[in-house]
Amino acid sequence: MIYDVLVIGGGVIGCMTARELSKYKLLVCLAEKQNDVAVGATKANSGIIHGGYDPIPNTLKARLNARGVEKLFEAAEMLNVPYRKNGSLICAFGKEEEQEIYTLFERGRQNGISGLRIISGDEARKIEPELSEEVTLALQVQNAGIISPYKLAIASMGNAMDNGVAFERNFEVTDISKNEEGVFVVASNDGKELMCRYLINCAGAYSGIISKMAGGEEYDIIPRAGEYMLLDKTEGKTVSHTIFQVPTKAGKGVLVTPTADGNLLLGPTAAQVEYSDNTNTTSKGLSDVSLLVKKSVPTVDLSKVITSFTGVRASIEGGDFIIEESKTVGGLINAVAIDSPGLTCCVAIAEYIVNLLRKSGLYLESRSDWNGFRTSEDTFYKLDDNQKNEFIKTHAAYGRIICRCEGITEGEIRACLRQNPPAWDMDGVKRRTRTGMGRCQGGFCSPYVIKLISEELGIPMEEVTKKGGKSYMLTGRL
Amino acid sequence: MTEHDIVVIGGGPAGMAAAVAAFDRGVKDVVIIDRENTLGGILNQCIHNGFGLHKLGQELTGPEYASVYTDMVKERGIKVYTETTVTNLNKEKILTATNKNGLLTIKANSVILAMGCRERSRGALNISGTRPAGIYSAGTAQRLINCEGYSVGKKVVILGSGDIGLIMARRLTLQGAKVEAVCEILPYSGGLIRNIVQCLEDYDIPLYLSTTVCEIHGKDRVTGVTVAKVDENRQPIENTKRFIECDTLLLSCGLIPENELSLSAGIELDRATGGAVVDGMRQTSVEGIFACGNVLQVHDLVDYVSDEAEIAGVGAADYVLGNTEKNQVIKAVAGCGIRYVIPQRVSKDRGDTSFYFRVKAPCGRVRLSAKSGDVVLASVIRQKVAPGEMEKISIKGDMLSKAYGDLVVEMEVL
Repeated sequence: MIYDVLVIGGGVIGCMTARELSKYKLLVCLAEKQNDVAVGATKANSGIIHGGYDPIPNTLKARLNARGVEKLFEAAEMLNVPYRKNGSLICAFGKEEEQEIYTLFERGRQNGISGLRIISGDEARKIEPELSEEVTLALQVQNAGIISPYKLAIASMGNAMDNGVAFERNFEVTDISKNEEGVFVVASNDGKELMCRYLINCAGAYSGIISKMAGGEEYDIIPRAGEYMLLDKTEGKTVSHTIFQVPTKAGKGVLVTPTADGNLLLGPTAAQVEYSDNTNTTSKGLSDVSLLVKKSVPTVDLSKVITSFTGVRASIEGGDFIIEESKTVGGLINAVAIDSPGLTCCVAIAEYIVNLLRKSGLYLESRSDWNGFRTSEDTFYKLDDNQKNEFIKTHAAYGRIICRCEGITEGEIRACLRQNPPAWDMDGVKRRTRTGMGRCQGGFCSPYVIKLISEELGIPMEEVTKKGGKSYMLTGRL
Repeated sequence: MTEHDIVVIGGGPAGMAAAVAAFDRGVKDVVIIDRENTLGGILNQCIHNGFGLHKLGQELTGPEYASVYTDMVKERGIKVYTETTVTNLNKEKILTATNKNGLLTIKANSVILAMGCRERSRGALNISGTRPAGIYSAGTAQRLINCEGYSVGKKVVILGSGDIGLIMARRLTLQGAKVEAVCEILPYSGGLIRNIVQCLEDYDIPLYLSTTVCEIHGKDRVTGVTVAKVDENRQPIENTKRFIECDTLLLSCGLIPENELSLSAGIELDRATGGAVVDGMRQTSVEGIFACGNVLQVHDLVDYVSDEAEIAGVGAADYVLGNTEKNQVIKAVAGCGIRYVIPQRVSKDRGDTSFYFRVKAPCGRVRLSAKSGDVVLASVIRQKVAPGEMEKISIKGDMLSKAYGDLVVEMEVL
């Protein structure tokens, strides 16, 4: 079979692009190297829907950010992805930093962003009582928010699959060539092959490698690691806005932000790393985050940390998104260096990519039966108590709580192992249902989840993995 | 909405002992709610023996000790809701819970909290490195091995020399794994002395004190850990870092009382214990709500858990029957060398009272005293004390009634 379009990379950009493509009468496939979607930078970032004041005017980032925010809110609604329009506060400490506030305000104006206001430190503390006394000036951004980035990727892929997109997991691309008919032949490390007329490179930190493999442009991707600390939901109301620090000579500053799920997120650092898959946290990184957050919110209770993680973003010299059809390889669309505000722009980027395909000659005929609402989804969590009570009487598994910390039921876990895209491992269950994301971090529920995965996937317990590959949870029967 | 006189949240050793004591005190409408499909709580996975030495004069395994109480619960016909999770509790003692039959709302006259505790996770410890499979808290590993029958790893490093870590060092060894090391960040072990002997020394498992794990390695599965000695501030010393190859890291770094429901009911917690502030009958700051077992303070011996639960059970029953401890309440506080004291508040006219506490650091020969001002209400000499071994001091009723101001429990090195 020859696909019309093959998307390489199951991060939020690839998944949203797949969803966008599913609107048309096309044969589409998404190939992902790992065991699941959303396991790269998509699952390890700040989850911010950026206001759009930050990108340099007239860059692709600026244009797509300005367009992208409303589109993202709309998609999140249709896909039932948790998000909040909580607004941002960019804080300056002293006269020297205040200059940056004016710069950002002006940039926002040039980018056509509404809802920007410069306020004094006192006014800022009125709306955010936990803000440091040292804040002298702040930029308040109304049209900004927070969203669950991995849920967004999972939901958009699920919606894409419901609308006919194929999903090839564990497909590590090792060779890209064109046959005599000009059709792409994309080979995997274990001998599989996918053929397509158009190829979209959404491979994140590996997008440079993919482009080169296809004979396309040689992009010099700079992998940048960002470390984060996540605090217990008890701290989720410490601040209501996303609190930024202005970049100084010392560095970009760190965020203190509530998350769409109600936790408090601190970070990131920004260190260049050698390898794109170096997602280690470091003791220096974590202590840097701990120190830096105190600058803007001194009362952050670091004893309430429940986990930490690192994400690697693909940056590039020049700093703008590069989304273009390759000049050397017809039919190859590269979406490269999609670092911040990539998440915010993902819908706008997906539309932009589809437009490039149209310009490249792909005929796009809309499907009348396209359904942008995620049908393959468990909506138990949306029911009120009476409805839940009734539902449990005919679906007993929803009455048994497995994850005590987050209140997740057996029914929801089984459902996530069946719906598009189904979970295949512990982390997949975790990202879809939040099981294991609470304060005990899977201490209580893990044994039950291993059992449920084993049952639903029809595999022995010893074959259940944390994240695919050889990440086995158990080492054998006693 | 169902109504019950006493609802016990948690059917482990604490919950069962409290329910039985309440029933025997005269309140027959007692129910126990537990999230598992059987009673017994954490004892069900503790297949080693040593339980009941003080209380029953026997050395039973965890499940055997549990069955002594499940028998008592059954004999009395106490109603048990299993596979039921309480999701909310408020000040008015209305609980919401869920099970396979639907959502339940229960109005209780009195509630006994016996939810036990959870383990501190890797994330809460801020151990840097990768996030592979093979990292388990000791209790989770214990459950997988003892209840599910699976091995969790072949080459193990254990961080934390608390009892659970020590017990698991032995369990893993008996089950065929190689325990490379037990690392303990403090200069002394946190577990019972008998466990250090019977779990480490007897199996030649090295114990490295003042040592911590500072980094985890491995992409899919753990491939090893970097350990290092620590300085007085418990910070790793750079040039002592070394790599230990292993495929599993077990964490036994502290238990945290599960007080989520307590917080939703507005109960005052003690920072030093992580559990509720209670009076002599283990009543919390919310009238009619009592606490016992690990949710109140982390215990070392289940025997003391049962004792404490009996007090709470009697307290809850008396509350329902209209008799509560009041009058002349004084505070019990931790003095020199002591980390915390329970109960934190008592009525000085309540009669003979035992106080349970822990010392801050290990010591040789000491005098432990309960004083009020200069008056010594009770005093006992111990040859050896350690934070990992809960202590008890009993004050006679007539001495307690002499107290004025705060009652201070303190330690004097002899």
